[in-house]
Amino acid sequence: MSSDFLRAYGDREGDGMVQLSFTLAILPGDRAREAAKRFAEAHGLKNPLVVTMEQASLEHTYFVVYGRSVHGVDVSQIHVEELGAQSLTRDEIEQAGKKLGRKIVVVGACTGSDAHTVGIDAILNYKGFRGEKGLESYKAFDAHNLGAQVENVELAQRARALGADAILVSQIITQRDCHKENARALHDLLVQQGWRDRVLLLLGGPRIDNKLARSLGFDAGFGPGTVPLEVAAYILEEVIKREAVRQPVMR
Amino acid sequence: MAKVPVDVEKVARCRALAADIARDVQSTIDAHTTIGVERTVARAYGVEGADAEGTPLANALVDKIHGAGKTGLGVGYFLGRALHAGASSVQEAAEQIAFGGDSVEVGANDDATSYRQALAKHTDAALVRIDRARTEREGLRSSLTVGAEPLKYVIVATGNIYDDATQAKAAAYAGSDIVAVIRATAQSLLDYVPEGPTTEGFGGTFATQENFKIIRSALDEISKKLGRYVQQTNYSSGLCMSEIAWMAAVERLDMLLNDAMYGILFRDINMERTFIDQYFSRRIIARSGIVINTGEDNYLTTADAVERAHTVLASQFINEAFADRAGLVPEQMGLGHAYEIDPWIEDSFLFEVAQAQLIRQIFDRHPIKWMPPTKFKTGDIFHSHVHDAMFNLAGVLTNQSIELLGMFSEAIHTPLLMDRYLSLKSARYIFGAARHLGDEFEWKPDGRVANRAKAIVDEALELLTDVQRDSIWTSIAAGVFADVKRTRTGGKGHAGVVRRDALYMNPILDVLEGRAKEAAR
Repeated sequence: MSSDFLRAYGDREGDGMVQLSFTLAILPGDRAREAAKRFAEAHGLKNPLVVTMEQASLEHTYFVVYGRSVHGVDVSQIHVEELGAQSLTRDEIEQAGKKLGRKIVVVGACTGSDAHTVGIDAILNYKGFRGEKGLESYKAFDAHNLGAQVENVELAQRARALGADAILVSQIITQRDCHKENARALHDLLVQQGWRDRVLLLLGGPRIDNKLARSLGFDAGFGPGTVPLEVAAYILEEVIKREAVRQPVMR
Repeated sequence: MAKVPVDVEKVARCRALAADIARDVQSTIDAHTTIGVERTVARAYGVEGADAEGTPLANALVDKIHGAGKTGLGVGYFLGRALHAGASSVQEAAEQIAFGGDSVEVGANDDATSYRQALAKHTDAALVRIDRARTEREGLRSSLTVGAEPLKYVIVATGNIYDDATQAKAAAYAGSDIVAVIRATAQSLLDYVPEGPTTEGFGGTFATQENFKIIRSALDEISKKLGRYVQQTNYSSGLCMSEIAWMAAVERLDMLLNDAMYGILFRDINMERTFIDQYFSRRIIARSGIVINTGEDNYLTTADAVERAHTVLASQFINEAFADRAGLVPEQMGLGHAYEIDPWIEDSFLFEVAQAQLIRQIFDRHPIKWMPPTKFKTGDIFHSHVHDAMFNLAGVLTNQSIELLGMFSEAIHTPLLMDRYLSLKSARYIFGAARHLGDEFEWKPDGRVANRAKAIVDEALELLTDVQRDSIWTSIAAGVFADVKRTRTGGKGHAGVVRRDALYMNPILDVLEGRAKEAAR
């Protein structure tokens, strides 16, 4: 077995220890304990130990189970859509921006019915997130935060009018995959309008990753914990790359 | 109680300034109505139901009048006229006006006095309906025990009202005192209230009159089973603020999220529309005995909770002044605030306690609503649970009235049954274990907590002075609250604001404002 084969690490190498918590629609008792144990076994936990069994409603019981997961993952077999961007410092971004000779226009919004601006605000607003100031604070960027509940049509219109280099879409609400539908609809709209390839399309949110964003037709996806600097670096690199392609040697 | 020093003279000045700010807005409120207010009046008179496309009759009726440019007369004028002309019921009158080709023009022979008389018994019936629901609520409540403060408030938000009912009963069993059904995202921007029970919704479940009924009935059932009264709350906000207040009043809800400025700031609803709608909604709420929860907690999710703490206090004074103008008593004013300071800042807990204690003392008769951390929550549920525990400790120490419990899965999903169960278990433990902690000591008069409390009052006074000088319209346009800027005529719903005609007829409002006597019952 290669050393790339990983099992959950609890107390000792390879012990596979994990915890699992859940509720079942059964009242506490020996039957319920056995049900929880079998439920855990069905998830690949060996010798599961039901450490908590408490009644949580008139018909439900809450369980915590510890057990040894028999499963492992071979990391050498994993291929992930890694973001191309290198980690740049704020100064490096500002310098590269100066070289570019113009401000990069970024337009962001929470689209559809999503009213939660916390994500888009964290990335775009001056104040930023975790002590990292947002794109508004960069000289290299001209950032426009359109706020919440912006329809795709409106976002596309504003982005086009502002001459956006990049469109940032934040999707927090994910019930029944509405975030995917919304995002894909924006991509399709831009394709239909014929300018999808002229703009960077970025997706962010707690349930977003790069792979998902790519599958929805976006250029990149940013998940939870993303700081503005990462987004800034990615946009800058991509814009520079695209400018180079667009105007090869013509001077 | 571990008190902080409060300068009563400064607090009195804050209140006087806030009263002035609200008075300035009242002149606009008194001169206008909105399509939302008129739909509420129609519903209160008994207009109900929706067509096959789901358009409520209240909307069809008011849209017809609005389309003819006659909203300024009030829906009461036209209903009264149709009744006077022989309509057998309000419902029939509404259908005639909406679909039956009844004129919505004003004739030379119009006789407003007769129309008002034709409405009189319906006006009484509308108020009796609110009063009866209030009596029923108070009767049930007094026949059962109620939980100790801080009251434990939890949310359910499955999108399906029947799942909500299951979750609500489970929450009650696990110890919650108040259950809120979170609304479907963006319902606040719908200019109508959907009809009937609903089973599909993103981020929550639609607020409909039928859904209110389903949850109240589930909570009545579990309340009786547990011998403890469990309260129900929903959202009187957005473009249907006053319609929902009326539905809640007659369906026996106990609380409503209702804020004088929330819609303006966080949903970009027009300023005038919001102020007018909040007034009528609160007139109904005052009559029904419902407790409002204001939304100042939201300020701290967009602005910094350390630097902008005073904006919360200033807004609470303003919300109090508006509520007072609408006839609410302090015991109905659940002014809101939140535990949203960056938990990794040194002494963040002390800052939170200072503000919570200050607000407790300034609003001593008010059922203060205290909101949990959300902004700094991450997917680390175990740390999140600890963060909530500190919030709970601050809540019981400062004797908050209503505590919306934090969920360790806050940053992940709407709460699962077990998330809520564990949250309630933790609150039960901490509220019990530290029940009398606040009685046992005094904060150092010149210590960190006391000084922080003093600074917040000073800054709030300064802010209110500015807002009073500039007016609330200008201040909101300048981004004073929550760092959000809105203009007087901007935002959604402004087209639904109409200047009242000299003949404006709203007999229900007349009674609610104490300007008209109800007929003897």
